[in-house]
Amino acid sequence: MWRTTVLPVLAAAVVFVVTWKVIAVVGNFGVFLPAPEVVGGRFLGAWLDGTMWPHASATLVEIGLGFFVGAGLAVGIGYLVARSRLAERLLSPYIVAAQATPVLVLAPLLVLWLGPGLAPKVVICALIVFFPVAVATMVGIRSVDRRLLELGRSLRASPRQVLVHLELPAALPQILGGMRVGVTLAVIGAIVGEWAGADRGLGVLINIARGSLFDFPLMFATLLTIALIAVVLYLVVLLVERALVGAWR
Amino acid sequence: MAKVDALAGSRRSKSGWEKGGRPVQRESVRAPDQTWEDELTLQDKPAISLEHVSRRFVIDGRQVTVLDDVSFEVPAHGITAVLGPNGSGKSTLLRLVAGLLTPDSGTIEIGGERVADADQRVGLVFQEPRLLPWRTAIDNVAFPLELAGVSRAERRERATALLDLVGLSAFARAYPQQLSGGMRQRAAIARALARDPQILLLDEPFSALDALTRERFNAELLEIWQRTGTTILIVTHSIAEACFLADEVVVLTARPGRVAARVPVPLGRPRRDDTLDSAAFSRAAATIRAHLSGSPADIAAQEAAAAPVSDVLERAGAPAWFDPFGGPG
Repeated sequence: MWRTTVLPVLAAAVVFVVTWKVIAVVGNFGVFLPAPEVVGGRFLGAWLDGTMWPHASATLVEIGLGFFVGAGLAVGIGYLVARSRLAERLLSPYIVAAQATPVLVLAPLLVLWLGPGLAPKVVICALIVFFPVAVATMVGIRSVDRRLLELGRSLRASPRQVLVHLELPAALPQILGGMRVGVTLAVIGAIVGEWAGADRGLGVLINIARGSLFDFPLMFATLLTIALIAVVLYLVVLLVERALVGAWR
Repeated sequence: MAKVDALAGSRRSKSGWEKGGRPVQRESVRAPDQTWEDELTLQDKPAISLEHVSRRFVIDGRQVTVLDDVSFEVPAHGITAVLGPNGSGKSTLLRLVAGLLTPDSGTIEIGGERVADADQRVGLVFQEPRLLPWRTAIDNVAFPLELAGVSRAERRERATALLDLVGLSAFARAYPQQLSGGMRQRAAIARALARDPQILLLDEPFSALDALTRERFNAELLEIWQRTGTTILIVTHSIAEACFLADEVVVLTARPGRVAARVPVPLGRPRRDDTLDSAAFSRAAATIRAHLSGSPADIAAQEAAAAPVSDVLERAGAPAWFDPFGGPG
């Protein structure tokens, strides 16, 4: 455990921080690139004095809701597209087009339509999560071993039983892989949504720190928080993956 | 025997899940001194009958006849092997009997009734184990029961008994990728028996196993057959396997698959390793080989040689020229 997990992680962190420090000193960016110990101090301070938490919790809620809505829809529609030619013809152009439309442009519009509350952020997160999970589901369901499906047919499994007992478990590793990508994208979606108009959230805090407070260490501390959230969420999906498919893969 | 009684007992007590109930004939286990001829008189109507069965496929826009006018019967509680070269439609034949495919012409009946779509009177063992990798061995064996809505407790009880029957009790909680190829195929056989089928269909079940394991598995399959009393139709491309297991070997020609011959295997039961060395075994194997090679002169010569079958029940006779498993056992 120590040798194989903790040590490499620590080593990478040390290399990262040292590189950062070297660039900050040598590059002479002044206030625009604070040294790691300055950011670290501000990070702890912001968490301890209660500056960070309200914003972080708001962003977490947006990410959570957006992820579940987006991933849920994606699994359903991905399955449909994988199993029905008609659904594929009808839906796939829109799925691709929606993915190609820049969320950056869409975000302010969604805030105009849905108001500055939670709704537009959830929609943006869901939108951005949808594509990787839908594609993963499609690929996963399409690659279910036909021989297992024949087994199901020979046992007269109902369509629901085929879905629950054969297709979903078989495609689960791929679907979870898509969710790993999706959950990190959801973090970006939430920040973008907040930039388009909000009164709370880590995106808002970045704007305040940079624009009105001119507190660059706080801005970097917020970035650090966002990065940590992404890492933790990724690990959560990984743990779910291990719990669901770890035993048999 | 106690284990089999347990199986039969659980089945009789709760029979809600057994579709198309059949006359329970568990008493088909043969006494060792019973002969092959005695068996024939015991057998009533055929368990499986195929009449003029043909099946075509469209491959690359071309119609290809895979099976052409195939007719034969499998006696109840008997073992019949279907033998043929690659492309003789052996697997297609099995899928037709299982109701996974429908014949273009001809009829297939099980116990006098037409085969239905995905007929539930058969248990299928595929060439590969086809276990669900996310389920443990016991849950794989219980899978057909789960689909049929059998209660958890009954599933458990029956799957445990079946794992015992195939010698996998110690590995009930293992996942398929933790099992050897042979163990996986054992689990697949147990699963095929889960719904207590009238007929067990096996599609080259041991072709992926090494020769020694395969020999042992054939002996074990016979044991399972004696303990469960199912009718067995097995597809194989091994002459030795066919002769060792079956009462009768149906030899198919290469595409299109036609019945080249139906060769009886006049060997007593139970069959053991030394059965492989008997003269009767050798003669049956030679006849089958001649039919497979398809030369009329060969067939005539073999049949002439096989004519005086006075020692029909001979076992462990003269050493065979034909040694299927390489080297004296």
